[in-house]
Amino acid sequence: MATSKIDDPRVIEFDVRTDEMLINMGPQHPSTHGVLRLVLRTDGEVVSDVEPHLGYLHRCAEKIGENLTARQWIPYTDRMDYLAAMNMNLGWSLVIEKMLEYDLPERGRHLRVIISEMGRIASHLVAMGTYGLDLGSFTPFLYGFREREKILNLFEEACGARLTYSYLTPGGATADLPAGWTDKCRQFLAEFKEVVPELHTLLTTNSIFVSRTAGIGVMSAKMAIDYGCTGPVLRGSGVYHDLRFHGEERYTEMYEGYVFDVICADPETGKYPESNYEFHGDSLDYPEIPRQAILGDCWHRFYVRMLEVVQSVRLIEQAIEKYEATSGDWGKPIKLVQKLPAKEAYMETEAPRGQMGFYVVGNGDSIPWRVRARSSSFCNLSVTAPLCQGILLADIPAIVGSLDVVMGEIDR
Amino acid sequence: MADFVNYILNIEGSWFGYVVAALVAAVLILHVVAVGALLFIWMERKISGRIQDRLGPTRVGGKFGWLQTLADGIKLIAKEDVTPDLADKFLFKIAPYVGLAASYAAFIALPFADGVVGLHINTAVFFVLAVLGLEVFSVILAGYASGSKWSLFGAMREAAQVVSYEVPLGMCVVVPVMICGTMNLTTIANMQAGFLTNWLVFNDPFTFLTAIVYFTCATAGVNRAPFDLAEAESELVAGFHTEYSGLRWSLFFMAEYSSMFIVSALASILFFGGPHGPIPVTEILGFAGDSLGNPGMEAFSEETAKNDGFFAATQFGLILSRIIGVVNLLIKGCIGVTVMMWVRWSFPRLRIDQVMTMCLKYCVPLAAIGFLGATTWQALDLPTGTTLTGSHRYEYHELWTAGLKDKVLLDQDETADSSEAPIPHENDTQTEVNKVPLKTVPVSVLKGGER
Repeated sequence: MATSKIDDPRVIEFDVRTDEMLINMGPQHPSTHGVLRLVLRTDGEVVSDVEPHLGYLHRCAEKIGENLTARQWIPYTDRMDYLAAMNMNLGWSLVIEKMLEYDLPERGRHLRVIISEMGRIASHLVAMGTYGLDLGSFTPFLYGFREREKILNLFEEACGARLTYSYLTPGGATADLPAGWTDKCRQFLAEFKEVVPELHTLLTTNSIFVSRTAGIGVMSAKMAIDYGCTGPVLRGSGVYHDLRFHGEERYTEMYEGYVFDVICADPETGKYPESNYEFHGDSLDYPEIPRQAILGDCWHRFYVRMLEVVQSVRLIEQAIEKYEATSGDWGKPIKLVQKLPAKEAYMETEAPRGQMGFYVVGNGDSIPWRVRARSSSFCNLSVTAPLCQGILLADIPAIVGSLDVVMGEIDR
Repeated sequence: MADFVNYILNIEGSWFGYVVAALVAAVLILHVVAVGALLFIWMERKISGRIQDRLGPTRVGGKFGWLQTLADGIKLIAKEDVTPDLADKFLFKIAPYVGLAASYAAFIALPFADGVVGLHINTAVFFVLAVLGLEVFSVILAGYASGSKWSLFGAMREAAQVVSYEVPLGMCVVVPVMICGTMNLTTIANMQAGFLTNWLVFNDPFTFLTAIVYFTCATAGVNRAPFDLAEAESELVAGFHTEYSGLRWSLFFMAEYSSMFIVSALASILFFGGPHGPIPVTEILGFAGDSLGNPGMEAFSEETAKNDGFFAATQFGLILSRIIGVVNLLIKGCIGVTVMMWVRWSFPRLRIDQVMTMCLKYCVPLAAIGFLGATTWQALDLPTGTTLTGSHRYEYHELWTAGLKDKVLLDQDETADSSEAPIPHENDTQTEVNKVPLKTVPVSVLKGGER
């Protein structure tokens, strides 16, 4: 862990206290990503204490899940992390399949890799765009949305929906990918690769962006593990952990035979893995790490997302080839009233925002006895209070934005 | 202008012409503020649209959506004017007018071309900066009176930021004033007549530096991104205008956009030749005369009209050159505004401590270096942009100061001569007044009063 003590001149300012002011940031606030409410205790521009309040988007999703069959609950998982609905579908499908001890045909396996990695790209594009928005830069947001729009078009073609897909279901997917879809997907990837350097120019290497994010909200690897952070937030702190590599076998076997990197800085050297990835001569080299950046700060969390997008492109390219090489069944959905055995199952998958876990207890009926979702954003959000002490007001959107929380997933 | 009106209405020397002239000037300037804001908001939408790979407004008012802002304006006028319960009602209501009045008043002394100016002020540079600085009051008032914590934050930030950036801004403005030896914007602009090498930005390396620092500080001074902390939407909801709605809200925007134009126009006058284009077309064609020390308000002379006829008096060539000058200045101002928009839609926002660091640590020393360097350059009489291309600003400069004296003396001589010559109103009391070489409004009003 390459930590270094931050010499913070604001500490002096923090010591000299004047009148404190209690401010509600949210739930109606442009930069709280939905309905997060932060209660700030401020002294001028310096924030001494931040307390997140939740529950404004609670919809009893888990309780509803205990009154519906496994396939009927799929649309409710869409509405948890609505920016990565495909990955939510996948998590729930896998846990039901684990319970039923169902083995997916190979074509369905590759289909799921394509779809879930596309979902990851779409989700990271929103995360990247809204992070720019949090820091006052509107343009990258629309660049991100422009590319996401293409993914949504592809998803729409595959399943008919643009946001809440309910496409991946226990047993496989509701339908096979339509004819010609993979060519369009390839075309998208080719276009997208030219956009990645643009995004790096607008944000990652922009000096104002670096000065706003580097050295802000530094979270040590220990702290990240202690608070249960997962996903890019954990990897941004230099912890080498990705469920696509380190997860349960039922999940990692989906990625068997694929070549990709876990994006995580080596804690010893502070270096990220070499990109070693070229496509039609367009090198997608990673930009250099700025001098001011400390491992575990906002900049690193953002950087990890940006690099993961490239790895997802790499995965999709491999998956399309494998998908096209196979034929036959893609995995038909299970029956709507499929009876669940009287046992329990829990499984975590690597969703774009971290490890999304689903827990289900069956009692021999088609309706599960207990359904529980373990939210990644919830744990990621829990570091807000310790990270936001003694910072400036403008750093709060920078830190909360870098955690990339989706309130729909936290409140459920 | 006043003489022209009086001549047309055949009421020579009346106060009426001066009132009409003042009203016309005021309305024209108001159009720069109002129509300018209309244009700039539309421009901002189109430019941001193009930067962000979208179209921007396309429907209202034809293909390019250029009436979109007007439609929005009508919507804003029709909206309810909400005053929060916690607000200080009077201050809350008056704040937007203070801001608009400040940026409107700054236009009074801004010369659009030689002679096309609301009011000739010898210290126009000082006046524009001072009046523009008053705009911060509206933000502080709005923030304080809104009764909202977010507004208060915005006002605090604005106060700290604008007051700090006035220092380097003033230091940058001093450089052209020092080189030209005057605070009169018209004179500063006219001294840059000729090819673009005469522009002060190319005078020496230090003025080039100063121009860049000036533009940075001006961007910060009018609260444009990346210095738009007072209305940082991701942190402070909407900053100082969080609680405003309807027309009052739109007045803040009109003030913001007209301030943007003023600082850009000021930059173009101080550094980029003002109304003089990169190639002196009108001077080559002989419209603009020597373009030195032309007392603009006297473009239309009653006496010439009487002696040589109406068209000779209007001096068509001079008017044409002024129209071209106004267009030049407007284009340059719009380019400055466009650059500000370009920056706004490309960069993230700075943090308050970074904004202050930028000002105190970089802008102030750089402005000081620019000032000292330019002073030294002048003192050592090193080659400048004008001498390198064989132009004659320095001779112009000396000619100008010498010439002004000569001209004043000449005027006096002429008036003295003319009093001897047989002219129509020889025995009128007016001729006594006409001996005063420099006409000012009070004298002329007196002139009317005596009749």
